[in-house]
Amino acid sequence: MTDLLTSPSGTTRRRRPRRSASTLTRPAAIGLGVGVTWFSILVLIPLALISFQAAGGGWGVFVETLGNPQTASAIGLTVRQALLVTLVNVVMGTLIAWVLVRDQFWGKRALETIIDIPFALPTIVAGLVLLSLYGPESPLGVDVSNTSHSVFLALLFVTLPFVVRAVQPVLMELEPEVEEAAASLGASTFTTWRRIILPSLAPSIASGATLSFARGISEYGSLVLLSGNLPFESEVASVRIFTYVENDNPAAASAVAVILLAVALAAIVTLNLISRRVARHG
Amino acid sequence: MASHATGRGPRRTAATYVRRGLVLVYLFFLVAWPVSLVVTRTFGDGNHLASTLQDPAVVFALQMTVVVAFWAVVINTVFGVGMSLLIVRYDFAGKGLLNTLLDLPLSVSPVVIGLALLLAYGPRDGYFAPVLDAINLQVVFSVPGIIMATAFVSLPLVIREVVPVLQEIGTEQEQAARSLGAGGWQTFRRITLPSIRWALVYGVVLSLARSLGEFGAVKIVSGNISQQTQTATLLVEEKYLEFERGAAYATSFLLTLIAVAALVVVTVLRPKEEKA
Repeated sequence: MTDLLTSPSGTTRRRRPRRSASTLTRPAAIGLGVGVTWFSILVLIPLALISFQAAGGGWGVFVETLGNPQTASAIGLTVRQALLVTLVNVVMGTLIAWVLVRDQFWGKRALETIIDIPFALPTIVAGLVLLSLYGPESPLGVDVSNTSHSVFLALLFVTLPFVVRAVQPVLMELEPEVEEAAASLGASTFTTWRRIILPSLAPSIASGATLSFARGISEYGSLVLLSGNLPFESEVASVRIFTYVENDNPAAASAVAVILLAVALAAIVTLNLISRRVARHG
Repeated sequence: MASHATGRGPRRTAATYVRRGLVLVYLFFLVAWPVSLVVTRTFGDGNHLASTLQDPAVVFALQMTVVVAFWAVVINTVFGVGMSLLIVRYDFAGKGLLNTLLDLPLSVSPVVIGLALLLAYGPRDGYFAPVLDAINLQVVFSVPGIIMATAFVSLPLVIREVVPVLQEIGTEQEQAARSLGAGGWQTFRRITLPSIRWALVYGVVLSLARSLGEFGAVKIVSGNISQQTQTATLLVEEKYLEFERGAAYATSFLLTLIAVAALVVVTVLRPKEEKA
């Protein structure tokens, strides 16, 4: 720290980030120790125990758990619906972000709040409100409860903000001048979109989509009341984990949890690759 | 930079209105209408809110939720500010790894979080059960477990808000204060805290909203015993399944009110912080 204070500021390069990290002082080291200990007690050790629990049973547990048709069906349904919802979010989320950034109209601020509601609303309440509009007492006469459509609907609700909030700031930074230049050089609206806008937005769309998919496959609260948890029809992976926990079978519960984690990681890697390709080639 | 709001008006074509209409219809059917129904169902046929608040189970669950959320937020605020300072201001081995791991709670299913805490602190087969027995502390199926589950799910929210601001403000002012003889605590209170104030409030509000609404992790860890370990979100489920729909909607109405209030606070704070 003394080095920094004594070195004349004129000689240091202007470009250097203003952040200047120093080595640990003794109080900082103690603080770090306390913090990491708490983090381990709360998060790291419990999560590690899941993988130990799953690995402890060896491949047998995975084979047996996935061999259970009800569990396999639940995982399949969860992944399918999460993929579908992510696809819709990529299109609708980008569209919503576009309208929020490029359009001006009365009530736009209210729209911003509405988009964040799924983040702030307790998931059980989310399920309840969807049930009141799309359940047995629906004023619209649409009843999706206890079907696989209810899973789609609930996931669509809880993942709404991810793509919007990822794309919006990038879109704000995008200079409309570049698009105007492309248009003036004869590019059609579609070409401008594909060649100019899409490549710039691709990484943020992908990161929003990753979050949306990860949230989708792990959702629980909003589905409890809405989906009815019918085996082979509307039962998702999280509900399977819950049932295994209740039936005192932590090994199987951990196996499903590890499988979900692997699916989430695979999604992150895939979307990352896709977005790089799009960003490069347009 | 934000010039497209003023100056040159946006070109409005038919497509503009189609896009706007599509977005409005989508958000109306997906969010606005369903959420508004919680008000209709609470006050539609008689005032369910007043009668629900007479129910001791409801009052207990609401108190439990407030107590749990309070402690979870306090823990996460102290932990979050400390960790943010360490990550931004100091270099140490494994910093990158720690930074990545701190985001972990946001991408783990609440049910998996519940399972993890059960495996570690469960009363019978939990990994730490012998230790907890020795010091006579019950974590799972008791309030400490509920607080831990709640703190777990909302852990990164304060850090994610405070870290970018700390990086942005740099250390010049703190170093100046230090060189003028201020102690560590004084520097923190007089210089650092005021600069991260809005980010901190924002993080706290987000944590609070998340903590009040946690369901899956708490359901596993609490045991869900009415008037002992039942929180408001668990009560909503139970009341709905027991066909006490009025009570379920009234409790949901209160939770929605808090969630929307949190959002409004955040929206009001955001622009201030950006202008500062």
